[in-house]
Order: sequence, then structure tokens, then C-alpha cells
Amino acid sequence: MLSPDDTNRTDASDEARCRHCCIRIDGLTVHLSGHVILKGVNLHVHCGEVLAIVGPNGAGKTTLLRAILGEVPYRGNMSSLIGGVERRRPRIGYVPQKLQFDLDSPLSVVDLVVAATSPRPVWMGVSRKAFERAKTILGVFSADNLAGRRIGELSGGELQRVLLAIAMTAKPELLLLDEPASGVDVQGLALFYQLVRDLKRRHDISVILVTHDLPGIAPYVDRLVLLNRSIVAAGDPQEVLSDELLMRTFGPCLWHAAVSPACPSGGEI
Amino acid sequence: MEAWYRLVDTLVPFGWAQYIFMKNALLAVLVITPVYAVLGTMVVSNRMAFFTDVLGHSAFAGIAIGVLCGIYDPTWPMIVMAVVLAVLINVLKGLTRASMDTTLGVFLAFMVALGITLLSRQGGFVKYTKYLIGDILAVSPAEISWLAVLFLAVLVYWCLAGNALILTSVNRSLARSRRIKVFLLETSFTILLAVVVMLSIRLVGVLIINSLLVLPAAASRNFARDTRAYTLWAVIFSVVSGAAGLVMSYYWGTASGATIVLFSVGCYLVSVVAAHVKKRECQHGTP
Repeated sequence: MLSPDDTNRTDASDEARCRHCCIRIDGLTVHLSGHVILKGVNLHVHCGEVLAIVGPNGAGKTTLLRAILGEVPYRGNMSSLIGGVERRRPRIGYVPQKLQFDLDSPLSVVDLVVAATSPRPVWMGVSRKAFERAKTILGVFSADNLAGRRIGELSGGELQRVLLAIAMTAKPELLLLDEPASGVDVQGLALFYQLVRDLKRRHDISVILVTHDLPGIAPYVDRLVLLNRSIVAAGDPQEVLSDELLMRTFGPCLWHAAVSPACPSGGEI
Repeated sequence: MEAWYRLVDTLVPFGWAQYIFMKNALLAVLVITPVYAVLGTMVVSNRMAFFTDVLGHSAFAGIAIGVLCGIYDPTWPMIVMAVVLAVLINVLKGLTRASMDTTLGVFLAFMVALGITLLSRQGGFVKYTKYLIGDILAVSPAEISWLAVLFLAVLVYWCLAGNALILTSVNRSLARSRRIKVFLLETSFTILLAVVVMLSIRLVGVLIINSLLVLPAAASRNFARDTRAYTLWAVIFSVVSGAAGLVMSYYWGTASGATIVLFSVGCYLVSVVAAHVKKRECQHGTP
């Protein structure tokens, strides 16, 4: 169950379920400035599946997301099958790991939502109607009370919820979450994971999330993928976690990824 | 222009307003300062102050190349030089994810040194010192109409691309995922900056053009709590200090550009104090 080829296999039951959305990645290889970042990654994300990609620092997790987003050149195949129609890329909602702004940035939450979702220029001001619309968008993730705040005043968890709300306005078929755990306290994280879980249930979308938070994420995901340049293991979260050999090798650098430099074949990028 | 002259004559009963050159300069200030303010908001948000400084200083190289090619009016060579530089820096930025600080420093040194070396042949640099501090009082009606075109161009650009610029400034991947052409957007923004800065060199000079871009936005940022207030206050600071600086430079007999910058600095200091007072009020729980 825990072999790397596991993700190659698409059994009949999967195909049957996979009507709504799935993305299929075959032999994905990424070279960046002479380094091999990802090598021969095979991944098949089913419809309505929450998939967590876990791996040490420098394992290529973020690069994998960027390849799916079409931001980095790659070799290999990527295709998506949505409602029985094959397309090169599904509609993607993306929640970045962090935003780049100074703490004194005058950008308000409403400004950010309107800037992302409406053509009406924010610098001219946000109309009452647009404000209400933004609050509705934020309300889905219980973030409507944040509307009037500046983004520099939000906690990590609050910002993640705002970004998730923005990502969902694209009506995505595939949701990509980059390190949602970073800078979020434990309580905020549980709330965030629960929201993602609910989303999947309600909208039947696929979710790929990249994380360091291995123990925290496990109860909320359908499948766990261990990535270190290529896929090391994939499967049911409990099974992956209970694989002793795997955890002995990867456990330390997954649990303490931020501080542990010593991980098998992992390196800095 | 006649209508503007009559308007000033009716509205402003002061001594300085009777001169045509002051009326021209005032109009130029009123047209160009909002442009500085609006572009400045994004320059400050994106931490591009050093970049615009390099752009401004590339004027030396532009003028020198113009002189070498035997072009009398250096405006076009300056613009071409700055646009090429802006695009080049933008491409380099895309290639490396590291900080551009050092690279920009090298460009700054190269542009200034190249310009001064070429212009100082046979000790002729003195006649170019006017580009260091500029002379807004010498602005011609033709130049003002160019500034007006620029004003409209920036207004249209800001209406079309303002939201995309905000999104790109907080996260490029997020912007791309919303189908924004990030490279095209950033390149067009830097080109626009290059043109604005170069058209301003004759008015305010190489040495202070950057302050006019950065200060109003920096002042506004001290207390603005949303994008509209940020833009609006930057424009107010920019226009007020522009007009006040111009008029006072007449009475003091000083260089207009520098006097305008002094007023901008004044606005900045006031905004720092205002923000501090406001913060203390909030902390003491007064509504």
C-alpha cells in the first residue's frame, strides 16, 4: 500500500468516482537553475479528495504547486478530467503561504477581496454594494468581521481564511494550499482544516495542500503523500503514519522540518 | 492656455500670479503632482524607491548619449534610455529571486559615471548642471500638454490595472492564479514610471525627482487605513506641497523643485505626528 507506484495505479472504483474533477500528473520533472527539484512525480488527484503533500524543507513541495499553477517549466504530462472533458489545466484556486506587505500597509481586507474579484478600481473607493458583496464572500469562512481591518492587523489564521475566501471566488475545481500551517496557532489551524474539509464536502472539489504539520493534518485528509524530490510514499494517512521504517527515516525532519537539516537526499533550494 | 491665464488672474490676486511663467509652472505642478502621488503609492508599497532613484539617475546617461548622437533635445534619448533600463531590470528581477539591491547599485553607479564621463569631456559638464535641479519656471505650454497627456495615460492605466497591481504586489503567484499577466503588468508599470521620471527631469531635476514620488505616499501611509484613503491623501499632500513650494520659491528666490520637496517633508513630519497622536488616542480607549 505504501509503495511509490501506488499513485500510478488507477483502479476501477477511482475512475468511477472521478466524474467531477481530477488532475493527473505523470512523470513530472522540474529543473531550476541546473538543479533537479522534482523527478518523475506521478500523482492522480481524485475528485472531492483532500490530499496532503508532506516533506522536508527543500523537498520540492512548493515547486510542485508552482508547476501545477503553470509558473515553472516542467517535463512530463499534466492533464485534468473535469465532468468527463479533458483539459490541460483545471480552474485553480490558490492560497499562498504568505503575502508580501509591510505591517503598516494601508491595504484593507475589503480592498484585497475587491481587487481580486472585481474590475472596479479599489483606489477609487469601495461602494456599499461591493462592501456587502465582499462581506458575503468572507462570511463563508467566518471572516466577514475582518472586512474593515487592514491586512497587517490580521493574525496568521485570519489571513489564511481571507485568502481561502478569495481563492473560492474563482469557483475552483482544484484548490491549492501552500503551507497553511505556517504562522497559524493550533486553534486557528483546527478551524482552518475543518473549513477545508467542509468545502470539499459541499463543493466536491479536489484539494492539494502542502504542509509541515504532519500530525495536525492527518485527521483531515483522505490521502497523504510523502515527497522528497520524488514521491516516497502515498496512502491512507494512518497507514503512512504507522509505517515505522518510514517514520524513522522521515519523522524527525517532518516534525521538526524547520530546524532539522539532516534529511535523506533533501537539500536546500 | 488663455482660459487658464484668465482663471488665475481672477482667482489669485497675488503678485506672483501676474507672471506668465508662474502661471505655466503652476499648471504644470497641478497636472504632474497627482501623477507622482498615484505612481508613488505603488512605488512605496512595492519597495521600489531605489529602483526609481536609479531610473532618475539614468538621465545622465540618456543626455550623454543624446549629445553623442547630436540630438539637441535630450528628452527622447533620456526616455529611451530609461525605458530600456526599466525593462532590463525587470527581466533581471524575473531571472533571480534574490534581492536586487546590489544589482541596482551597480546600475546606478554605471549610469551616473557613464553620463558624467561623456558629458565632462573638455570640461563641459557645467552646462548640464541644470538637469541636476531642473527648472519648472521654464516649462512651455507644449511641455504642459505633454504632461496632460501623461496625466490621462496614468489615469486610464490606473483604472485598468490598479487592482491587478495591488494583487501582484502582495503575491505574484496569487495574481497569476487570477489570470493576471504579471510580467506584462510589471513591465508596463516600470515603463510608465520611466517616462514620467524622464519627463520630470527638466522640471525638477535628477536629484529630487525621487523624493517627489516617494514622500507623498510615505506621508499618506502613516495614517491611511484603506487604499482609497492612501491614494487620496497622497494626491492631496503632493498637490498642496507642489503648489505651496512653487509659490514660496518665488518669494524666497529659491529653486522650485527643492522648495517643493521641503514642503513634502513637512507633510511627512506632520503625518508622523498625526499618526502618533491618533494611535495614543486609540490606546486610551477614546472612540
